[in-house]
Amino acid sequence: MKIFVCVKHVPDTAANIKLAGNNGFEDSEIKFVVNPYDEFGVEEAVSLVEKNGGEVVIVTVGKAAAAATIRGAMAMGAHRAILVKTQGQFLDASLTAKALKAAIEEDGAPDLIFTGKGAVDTETFQTQYRLAAALGLPVANEVSRLRIDGGKAVAEQEVGGGDRQVIEMGLPCVIGATKGLNEPRYPKFPDIMKAKKKEIKEMDISDLGIDEAAGAVVIEHLEPVPERAGAKMIEGSVQEQVTELVRILKEEEKVI
Amino acid sequence: MAKTGILIETENDAVKETSLGVLTAAAGQEIIALVMDANPASVKDKLAQYGASGIVSLKPASGDILASPDLAARCLEAAVNEYGLDALLGTASAVGRDLFARLGALMDQPMVSDCVAVDIDAKTVKKSHFSGKTFATLRVNADLLLATVRPNAIEAVPAPAGGEILEFTADVQDPGLAVIKEIKKGDSDKLDLTEAPVIVTGGRAIKAAENYSMLEACAGKMGGAVGASRAAVDAGFAPHAMQVGQTGKTVSPKLYIACGVSGAVQHFAGMKTSKVIVAINEDKDAPIFAKCDYGIVGDIFEVVPALTEKL
Ligand SMILES: Cc1cc2nc3c(=O)[nH]c(=O)nc-3n(C[C@H](O)[C@H](O)[C@H](O)COP(=O)(O)OP(=O)(O)OC[C@H]3O[C@@H](n4cnc5c(N)ncnc54)[C@H](O)[C@@H]3O)c2cc1C
Repeated sequence: MKIFVCVKHVPDTAANIKLAGNNGFEDSEIKFVVNPYDEFGVEEAVSLVEKNGGEVVIVTVGKAAAAATIRGAMAMGAHRAILVKTQGQFLDASLTAKALKAAIEEDGAPDLIFTGKGAVDTETFQTQYRLAAALGLPVANEVSRLRIDGGKAVAEQEVGGGDRQVIEMGLPCVIGATKGLNEPRYPKFPDIMKAKKKEIKEMDISDLGIDEAAGAVVIEHLEPVPERAGAKMIEGSVQEQVTELVRILKEEEKVI
Repeated sequence: MAKTGILIETENDAVKETSLGVLTAAAGQEIIALVMDANPASVKDKLAQYGASGIVSLKPASGDILASPDLAARCLEAAVNEYGLDALLGTASAVGRDLFARLGALMDQPMVSDCVAVDIDAKTVKKSHFSGKTFATLRVNADLLLATVRPNAIEAVPAPAGGEILEFTADVQDPGLAVIKEIKKGDSDKLDLTEAPVIVTGGRAIKAAENYSMLEACAGKMGGAVGASRAAVDAGFAPHAMQVGQTGKTVSPKLYIACGVSGAVQHFAGMKTSKVIVAINEDKDAPIFAKCDYGIVGDIFEVVPALTEKL
């Protein structure tokens, strides 16, 4: 099987994001990682290839520094990678999908494509759909269980309230992975060393005929979500505390 | 006035609360409500009360709209064209997240997901970035504004309108790409966390799965749902479906009560935009007290039952 996994290079969710200018952030001092949801895709692809044979190719659209993140994904067992280089971190989802499509098609026909359910930086939750549409393939997102069986993919998705939906698609297809699908492996030192020698093919997004600046969705402004500071501590006996809390929630905040 | 379509979600032939907030997001526009899985007559009054001038049952000429998300997206596209819509909004629920992403891809039009504010005339939205650390204001440069709205982010306000039922059958075909085979019902009819107006969450301090019934009793009094931290899920006290946070659900209720949750950044990523956050924790130095609105220092096994009693 030839499985592509789309991996995004994103700031660690524990990183303290310092905004810069109107719509940028300081990216030089923070740690970047494999987008956490993409790790479920990498793990699933690597274990499928371990069972069935084939190769796992990581595809990343991102800044040149993404190479380090790609090494991390390859240490989990992927064989090689393609990096489509961009100038900025925030690329319009439809352009990202076009770049992924071009890079994948140039490399060869996929049997399966994984992405994460979404990226934790822009939270746009749609690149996988756009990639699938561009390739004319079926897609299912937020997949937490997957069975590949006789040319078919049977995926389970959580649809709210604890209900699960079973969706069936022909192969190849695009799967947006989420937690529950597997436990991503923790690369061991020899795997990390091996990953350093694996191939990363690099190209610029403009080599694919895509103008990075041509996106239809523009970030005008970024601002911190206001931190709550100085909680009102409710004092007294347990009875007094809950009486006061209920009063506040009903009369002042009007939320119950 | 922009002609705006709203994809309405229903349950047992009743409009979901969360869809009413989406109607309000389009207040002042001419609103066409699109209904997928309910009889339009049974939801007409409610939709009219919240601003719908027209109500359309989304039906394909053939095929099962509920079994094929790609067919549903094609029906939506047909409705956008039929009614000349300038904007189409829905809820950022499991259904909305999937359908709007399919539609944006199908139409090759920009789509913005999980917005906490939408300005239809200006074609700008506000949404979370960086796992809830920042808000981004985005401008959409397209004739059509496609957006999903985070449940509970916009308070529903009645705005009576005509509510005329319009007949429409989408002349589209199912591309037959993906088929929904089955919906496996969860163990109970729990309210979906992402849509609940009130959430009572139990962290590692809950100590055992059975103890969630204490939180259920409390949440039940407020029409709310129960959530869990990852530590509680990892310890086997709760299923992953209940997890709130970066690797769980993003929620934005009116009231979030965190019981025995320390307040790790990854937990905050999922509930930071709740309107009011209350923390109950026995450790007065727990990090969550630095980031909530109201705090009670105490043992959850004493405070929660007393609170339930008082409600
Ligand atoms: C990549 C990554 C993703 C993650 N994703 C998530 C996520 O999606 N959601 C999430 O929640 N976490 C997530 N985490 C984990 C997160 O970092 C924390 O470990 C977790 O949130 C801690 O859960 P907790 O607050 O329930 O437990 P603890 O940190 O153990 O806190 C328990 C709290 O309960 C208090 N307590 C104990 N007993 C009582 C009592 N009887 N009465 C009152 N208070 C009591 C203690 O004082 C303490 O503050 C993630 C971590 C990583 C690295």
